[in-house]
Amino acid sequence: MQADDRKTEGRIARCWAAVRQWSGDDAYERYLAHQRLAHPDAAPLDRRAFHRHYQQQRFSGVNRCC
Amino acid sequence: MIKNKIYKNLFWIAVAVVGAFAFGGLALHRGESINALWLIVAALCIYAIGYRFYSAWIATRVLMLDETRLTPAERLKNGRDFMPTQKWVLFGHHFAAIAGPGPLVGPTLAAQFGYLPGTLWILIGSLLCGCVQDMVILFCSTRRDGRSLGQMARDELGAIAGVAALIGTFMILVILIAVLGLVVVNAMKHSPWATATVAATIPIAMLVGLYMHGLRPGKVLEGSLIGVALLLFSVIGGGWIDQLPAVRGYFDWNGPDLAWAVIIYGFAAAVLPVWLLLAPRDYLSTFLKLGTVFMLAIAVVFLAPEIKMPAVTRFIDGSGPIFGGTLFPFVFITIACGAISGFHSLVASGTTPKMIENEKQIRLVGYGSMMLESFVALMAMIAATMLDPGVYFAINTAAGVVGNTPAAAVATISSWGFPVTVEQMQNLAQQMGESSLFGRTGGAPSLAVGMATIFNSAFGSNLLALWYHFAIMFEAVFILTTLDAGTRVGRFMLQDLLGNLWKPLGRTSWTPSVLLSSALVVAAWGYFLRVGVLDPNGGINILWPLFGISNQILAAIALCVATGILVKSGRVRYAWVTGLPLTWLTLITSSAAWEKIMSADPRIGFFAAANDMAGKLAAGLLSPERAAVAPQLILNQRIDGYLTLFFALLLWVILLDMLRVVWRVLSQRRVPPSTETVYQARTGAG
Repeated sequence: MQADDRKTEGRIARCWAAVRQWSGDDAYERYLAHQRLAHPDAAPLDRRAFHRHYQQQRFSGVNRCC
Repeated sequence: MIKNKIYKNLFWIAVAVVGAFAFGGLALHRGESINALWLIVAALCIYAIGYRFYSAWIATRVLMLDETRLTPAERLKNGRDFMPTQKWVLFGHHFAAIAGPGPLVGPTLAAQFGYLPGTLWILIGSLLCGCVQDMVILFCSTRRDGRSLGQMARDELGAIAGVAALIGTFMILVILIAVLGLVVVNAMKHSPWATATVAATIPIAMLVGLYMHGLRPGKVLEGSLIGVALLLFSVIGGGWIDQLPAVRGYFDWNGPDLAWAVIIYGFAAAVLPVWLLLAPRDYLSTFLKLGTVFMLAIAVVFLAPEIKMPAVTRFIDGSGPIFGGTLFPFVFITIACGAISGFHSLVASGTTPKMIENEKQIRLVGYGSMMLESFVALMAMIAATMLDPGVYFAINTAAGVVGNTPAAAVATISSWGFPVTVEQMQNLAQQMGESSLFGRTGGAPSLAVGMATIFNSAFGSNLLALWYHFAIMFEAVFILTTLDAGTRVGRFMLQDLLGNLWKPLGRTSWTPSVLLSSALVVAAWGYFLRVGVLDPNGGINILWPLFGISNQILAAIALCVATGILVKSGRVRYAWVTGLPLTWLTLITSSAAWEKIMSADPRIGFFAAANDMAGKLAAGLLSPERAAVAPQLILNQRIDGYLTLFFALLLWVILLDMLRVVWRVLSQRRVPPSTETVYQARTGAG
């Protein structure tokens, strides 16, 4: 029983993570993780500044269609 | 193992048999109506077989997708746009990007030929043309660090093709935005409920923008949830406004005024900061879009409505009231998105290739997403053809074609063999909470009536008017998102172009350049939108074919690039995979362009229409209000004629350039070197 519960929990968590990634909700966390690995010495952007850049970038190319 | 294989084979044989049976049923059916399930079953079997066999074959034999090869997302990972993304997340991402209002509107208009021609094109076209285009372009761009279609055309074919692709993309963008603007204006015209609801989406988006930017930075899901709730409330609120005589008048707008409002909105959205309007509106539209499409699919399957439109109508002879022209080539022009859409190649060479985690994903993301889009088009076709044909034509045909009064309109439509009465239309309008549904061209209102009927029956409540305005709001949010994102992209393209003339104009953040280029883009589509609104024949009959031709020509351009790359990379024997759809698209766009330019029938030819109207104007045969707008309409028809000619020339320039490159490859002459990035193995991959 307990193992089953844990399995379901894992599944829900994975779905939730997918939804967050799809919508861009976790973009900042993923950016931080990347910065920590790739540029540990540089100070990362704060949340607001990152999101401004992120959205700017999203809408400077074709990302929506007819 | 062997047993498993036998079961698998049996399964696929069963799918093929069921699909063939459903298709046979469709083809042989003769009767009053047919159930939509026949279409759905035939479609699902076709998709399953196409995906399982054709896309797998393309993936392994033609493109030779290599799971050991590092992708740009891995090599250039920067925590922002280059980001390896899990397969299904990317599928959702890509589908949300390619799915727009196009596959909803095209099939609705093409239903004037009956349900069968459009359905066959949606199924076969997507399988052999659209899905292939999306998948191959996604592959080409992924192998080139996510380069855009224009860049690939220049790098792989040459400067001429590169410039032609850029100009083509820009012009298509302008036509696309104009026609979508027209659809939304026609849906709001003299409908206080729809206008109030759609207007409310702007402050709602801004509120969400402020929330995501200022209050809770980056909390996309929270903000979107609040926004969607507010949007649903705005549908109800619009109904209240409609009931209040004092306020109602403020939202009762005519077409030309609404066109101005959309034009001003488009300009504002292009120059305002992205986080304030564009980004939050896009989030809301994406959630609404996926939710509604999902709901519609469930409702259609659950409800299994009867299709009342004949399989093929008499209008295949070219006399159609919604748009003129014979079945060939115009059904293939009218349904672009849903079968093959050139615009997808811009997304497939835009954000998506930078997120591919492993080349193996290209099959699901490229081929699979387009299949789902094709299914959306099929649902729009079902929603249009389940209406009484008389009602369908009464909503979608302009007053200029069937007559100005309801009595005249029903008499004309009934005389075509599609009986409809004034009472029937009045009842329907009343149920939908509108004053009239006659002559609401553009496809959105008739789709909304279809969707409202489906939702209302499937979810068993008596809320037709709410569902109708929900559907209108859903389509409008969608369309305005494409409109403002498109205007912004057009602005960047123009700035890029103008930067070649004078450097400072190319700086994307220099305010005078931003204002100038945005104004130019908005003026370009605003012109077509305004003339479309003035046209007593609805404007859609002119603009939609122009949009279809331009979108299919963009697809042909993308397929030229793809074919050139296949040949250059030593895959000549598989070049037919993109060469065949390219040949077909060249055939349909060239013959459609030929007819739009050369036809002597004023209902089809642009120049014939201009000359016809000029003659009537000179002879004093037009009513005073028609005579007042006639000079503008005449000029517009001529501009459309020249534009069509220009699009056709553009295609042939790129086609010949591609054939030149192919010939040089085959005769072992020098060609531009391939820009494919060098193979790098994923460490630890086997």
